[in-house]
Amino acid sequence: MIGGLFIYNHKGEVLISRVYRDDIGRNAVDAFRVNVIHARQQVRSPVTNIARTSFFHVKRSNIWLAAVTKQNVNAAMVFEFLYKMCDVMTAYFGKISEENIKNNFVLIYELLDEILDFGYPQNSETGALKTFITQQGIKSQLQTKEEQSQITSQVTGQIGWRREGIKYRRNELFLDVLESVNLLMSPQGQVLSAHVSGRVVMKSYLSGMPECKFGMNDKIVIDKQGKGGTTDEAGKSELGGSSGKQSIAIDDCTFHQCVRLSKFDSERSISFIPPDGEYELMRYRTTKDIILPFRVIPLVREVGRTKLEVKVVIKSNFKPSLLAQKIEVRIPTPLNTSGVQVICMKGKAKYKASENAIVWKIKRMAGMKESQISAEIELLPTNDKKKWARPPISMNFEVPFAPSGLKVRYLKVFEPKLNYSDHDVIKWVRYIGRSGIYETRC
Amino acid sequence: MPAVSKGDGMRGLAVFISDIRNCKSKEAEIKRINKELANIRSKFKGDKALDGYSKKKYVCKLLFIFLLGHDIDFGHMEAVNLLSSNKYTEKQIGYLFISVLVNSNSELIRLINNAIKNDLSSRNPTFMCLALHCIANVGSREMAEAFAGEIPRILVAGDTMDSVKQSAALCLLRLYRTSPDLVLMGEWTSRVVHLLNDQHMGVVTAAISLITCLSQKNPEEFKTCVSLAVSRLSRIVSSASTDLQDYTYYFVPAPWLSCKLLRLLQCYPPPEDGAVKGRLVECLETILNKAQEPPKSKKVQHSNAKNAILFEAIALIIHYDSEPNLLVRACNQLGQFLQHRETNLRYLALESMCTLASSEFSHEAVKTHIETVINALKTERDVSVRQRAADLLYAMCDRSNAKQIVAEMLSYLETADYSIREEMVLKVAILAEKYAVDYSWYVDTILNLIRIAGDYVSEEVWYRVIQIVINRDDVQGYAAKTVFEALQAPACHENMVKVGGYILGEFGNLIAGDPRSSPLVQFNLLHSKFHLCSVPTRALLLSAYIKFINLFPETKPTIQEVLRCDSQIRNSDVELQQRAVEYLKLSSIASTDVLATVLEEMPPFPERESSILAKLKKKKGPGAVSGNELEEGKREGGELNGAGERPGDSSAIGASNASTPSPSADLLGLRSAAPVSAAPPSAGSLLVDVFSEAGPAAPAAGANDDGFLRDLEPPTESSDSLLAEGPGDSDSAPPSVVSEDPAPPLPESDELLNKFVCKNNGVLFENQLLQIGVKSEYRQNLGRMYLFYGNKTSVQFVNFTTTVSCPGELQSQLNVQLKPVDPLVEGGAQVQQVINIECLTVFSDAPLLNIKFRYGGALQNLTLKLPVAINKFFQPTEMSSHDFFQRWKQLSQPQQEAQKIFKANHAMDTEVLKAKLLGLGTALLEKVDPNPDNFVCAGVIQTKAQQVGCLLRLEPNAQAQMYRLTLRSSKDTVAKRLCELLAEQF
Repeated sequence: MIGGLFIYNHKGEVLISRVYRDDIGRNAVDAFRVNVIHARQQVRSPVTNIARTSFFHVKRSNIWLAAVTKQNVNAAMVFEFLYKMCDVMTAYFGKISEENIKNNFVLIYELLDEILDFGYPQNSETGALKTFITQQGIKSQLQTKEEQSQITSQVTGQIGWRREGIKYRRNELFLDVLESVNLLMSPQGQVLSAHVSGRVVMKSYLSGMPECKFGMNDKIVIDKQGKGGTTDEAGKSELGGSSGKQSIAIDDCTFHQCVRLSKFDSERSISFIPPDGEYELMRYRTTKDIILPFRVIPLVREVGRTKLEVKVVIKSNFKPSLLAQKIEVRIPTPLNTSGVQVICMKGKAKYKASENAIVWKIKRMAGMKESQISAEIELLPTNDKKKWARPPISMNFEVPFAPSGLKVRYLKVFEPKLNYSDHDVIKWVRYIGRSGIYETRC
Repeated sequence: MPAVSKGDGMRGLAVFISDIRNCKSKEAEIKRINKELANIRSKFKGDKALDGYSKKKYVCKLLFIFLLGHDIDFGHMEAVNLLSSNKYTEKQIGYLFISVLVNSNSELIRLINNAIKNDLSSRNPTFMCLALHCIANVGSREMAEAFAGEIPRILVAGDTMDSVKQSAALCLLRLYRTSPDLVLMGEWTSRVVHLLNDQHMGVVTAAISLITCLSQKNPEEFKTCVSLAVSRLSRIVSSASTDLQDYTYYFVPAPWLSCKLLRLLQCYPPPEDGAVKGRLVECLETILNKAQEPPKSKKVQHSNAKNAILFEAIALIIHYDSEPNLLVRACNQLGQFLQHRETNLRYLALESMCTLASSEFSHEAVKTHIETVINALKTERDVSVRQRAADLLYAMCDRSNAKQIVAEMLSYLETADYSIREEMVLKVAILAEKYAVDYSWYVDTILNLIRIAGDYVSEEVWYRVIQIVINRDDVQGYAAKTVFEALQAPACHENMVKVGGYILGEFGNLIAGDPRSSPLVQFNLLHSKFHLCSVPTRALLLSAYIKFINLFPETKPTIQEVLRCDSQIRNSDVELQQRAVEYLKLSSIASTDVLATVLEEMPPFPERESSILAKLKKKKGPGAVSGNELEEGKREGGELNGAGERPGDSSAIGASNASTPSPSADLLGLRSAAPVSAAPPSAGSLLVDVFSEAGPAAPAAGANDDGFLRDLEPPTESSDSLLAEGPGDSDSAPPSVVSEDPAPPLPESDELLNKFVCKNNGVLFENQLLQIGVKSEYRQNLGRMYLFYGNKTSVQFVNFTTTVSCPGELQSQLNVQLKPVDPLVEGGAQVQQVINIECLTVFSDAPLLNIKFRYGGALQNLTLKLPVAINKFFQPTEMSSHDFFQRWKQLSQPQQEAQKIFKANHAMDTEVLKAKLLGLGTALLEKVDPNPDNFVCAGVIQTKAQQVGCLLRLEPNAQAQMYRLTLRSSKDTVAKRLCELLAEQF
């Protein structure tokens, strides 16, 4: 269990310090600063053990969040909590920055008291928290007794994430499938590793206590239905499917606490009473049959000791009707680069000395197109005999489809008590595929 | 760096540095640096040549980036270019970059050296200085190779500027320190020495550092500097505080130079020239006088400078150790400092006094400050000062004040810091032993010591108490009483239990008359501690119990009950179990007479003689003790143990007990106590035993030998001499001849030599000051001998030198090479020296080893024979009976044979003889001689010139206790020499 939680600024000064257990002393604060923040070598491991004490840290821009414990805790739980904590803070006061933390320190201590009790994580649902931890003062005479008891019963009740009596004139529902695709490719175009990690994020503005059911092209479900005899449906979707495959194999997934896990385990159906507002319904990961939106073909030629010629071709590999956005290719340059000439047909390319890379930016690019850049790099001869390590070329982009092939099949809303049906709900679905670590060796 | 003027400001650099300082995170800093590096790269790469200013600016930026911890792999060329600039600032930055960044294997080193050379030969003093500083800062071997010849020339050249001379002297010093072999002063020596006469004080200050360093390495060459230094010193000392202008520091004229001059003088003995000496003494007196004058300033710098000179002067006075007047004055001056409020001064005063105390002239003067020092020990806040005070007390202790000092140290020990306790304990133990006149006092002291700081009391200390108690009848009763009282404390240290167990086991009867310490009370007291003790202590206690049975028959049932209980007789520890079983049987089977014999009181220990020393003294005994005898002793010990394992065979114990005293020692002491009898902890026990092989054997053999020794010991060697006399005491001073010539060989050295005929390792020599051990190995005609010189005192030996000489014709027969040995041997330390020996041809004499050193000012000089005999170069030869007799007959000419008939000196034990003959180096041939009692050996002596075959036949006659030894060899001298050597061995 978490023994204490500290927040540091980039200099290692403690902004927030909350100790939950007696086995964590004040010196733990210094130990982390000395051994991690001010360490001579950059500490890359998120978990550090110093003198039988474990430190779990995450970094948000210049801010370090560190959870400390002397016990053998579940590290995944601790990180889940830290991320949740970041989400909560962002939901309350926006960006996590030193200034924001200093301005809201009372709030943060209040939050820490609520979401962590004796080191055990408690309710960290932003919506629920916002009902009783507010940034404005609460005038006690204005808040009626009923309201207070309502909050209490809701927070301690079975469905802690949603309060009763919500009413909307328009019942609306937004569903985003956000994926990031990670790739490592050899210079010859062989895929060395690739996976997609995705999230289904929902924003729901629904009245009452609706029961929702979410369906997607999960391979297990589709196969089960196929066996059940609805082959024609499968055939139909095959005809209409853009990528030609009707189901995807999900490696693993996690759900928001509102999802009934028992039902998922038995029927593999995702049913839930949604929280109000924005939340992340599920997270998943796939490794099979990934659509790689771009292909990078590098060509590096060393001309003597003082010159390097680089040519990079990128090919988009999706339907021509779709448009990829915010494309950025980063071509690393040797450390002794003294000058760079770049020619590109599309977009803008620039040598960024501070990052030791050529950055090529393209605003938009349609599917099944290709584009190329060539650069001449001048080198300064050095007495260092070390050869250039040739780091991989990396790429960033955004595409309007899910590279994993995930499709939302349905999202049904049932509210038996109020008189609106599934058809009355306005539903919006959006797919966004982004690049994670998308690298090609050169 | 000169103040940054406007035109020279390098704004870009300032902006860059402030950018870096303002970076919020490491990442931002790296980004900024990457950007700057790319910028510099593009600038350096650019086609148009850079002007000196921008080059300097970029090189500066690179240097800054490097100093931030980033790798720099370019820009070296530009920095080298800067070296040839004519502007000072550009050149300076170039040199700075080079001395920080260029490593010696760079290919640019040639260019750099060239630039440096140009600057050195330029007329511009600032450029010369820059170049010299660069050489000194880099200080690599390559630099030394390139410039070691050049710099002395600059240093002594008449037209060199003073500032350059200073730099040159210090640069040369640096080169000399890194690669002394490359800096050859030779012809420059006298001119460098004359720099001491230079007008410019700065030059003198720089030069004196160089001269001090050089003269430490080869004092002879720089001997002339003494008189120059003295005259310089006297000029400074006698000058008024305003004379030296720039070199007067807070009213003290040239303090650094004075200190360095005094330190230089400490490298040399007192000047022989009377005038020079008089002048020096005058200087020292002036310095001492000045210390008495009221301070000219209240500033701390003034007193610091003054005291620095004073302490150096005192160090010099102590070093000379010949001016009683000055020594006493120095001592009085230090005495004043002892109560100074400045902690550093007190520390320094105590430290200097420590050395003063060892001088015979000032010892008395030091003693007058005893109260102050004791006070310092008690009240001083700083632990390091307290430590010094303890050191000084130890140093000033002698017979007259020993009681007081020991008492004070003991009382301090209770509150002493843990870090110095061990040292204090050792000091108290040594002092108590050294100056004990009253043994009850000694016993009290050591028991107190164990009580106060038991954890820090080493084995040797309590061994020693027991030894002394056993040897002194008059103190036994007192000791038993004291120990009994000490044991009554609810918690006492294990060492105390050990001493208590041993002493009550021996002398419990002396206090048994008192009903308060009746036998049963004694036993119960001891046994109450039993369960809290470790296994060795328990074993010792068991032995004490069996002694109790002998002393007090009435305790027998109780003790037998204890021995019989499961925790003893079935103890998981073999040693305890065996003792319990044996003692139980012994007590139940043996009659009281037998018991009384077996468990007799311990015989007195051989006074002060360690087993090793005893052997050395025992040359009048029957032949030398060889390594084989050690073996034998060990085996005997084993047999005794074996006998002990058969508890029924108590008569065997009794018998062996009657014959030699060692078994009884073995029985009571067994393993834990055996070293007590074997190696009494004299001062020598501080030394590490080097003879790892002989180590385990030594105690047993020692015990054996002690038996001999007691009979042979002349009565004069009585118990009084057991206490190691202070090394400074004149009556017990070692045989030393104070002269520079090698002393004649010690009379006993021949016999020392005989000891080593059949063995290669052992102790060659030992007296109060020095122990010399030998370890040697031989292969064919080559040998290597390791000599271990152990300083048995706590004072260092200085000027320790050893030489080996081969008198007469030995020079052409033997080639001996001596590796040099460190001239300083710290107190209690041991140094090793390697001697390589090559046998050129057959020889009969042994080379002489001469050792000289200074101990507390007195020159010690002794000469020994190196234990090298012709037989060391034996190669064993195996041959059949037929071959042997064939060869035997071939060597039948009368001059080829040497025969000797002699009486046996030792018991005629076949195994011992065999071992000795093997130790000789020959092959022992079995089943060659028709008479199985006879021994036949064969071997070849390997020399560089020739190989000499040698056959040996030894015929023992058991009835007559005689031997007949016959040797035949192809060379007549060999047979004769070997015959002489061997006749002493059997």
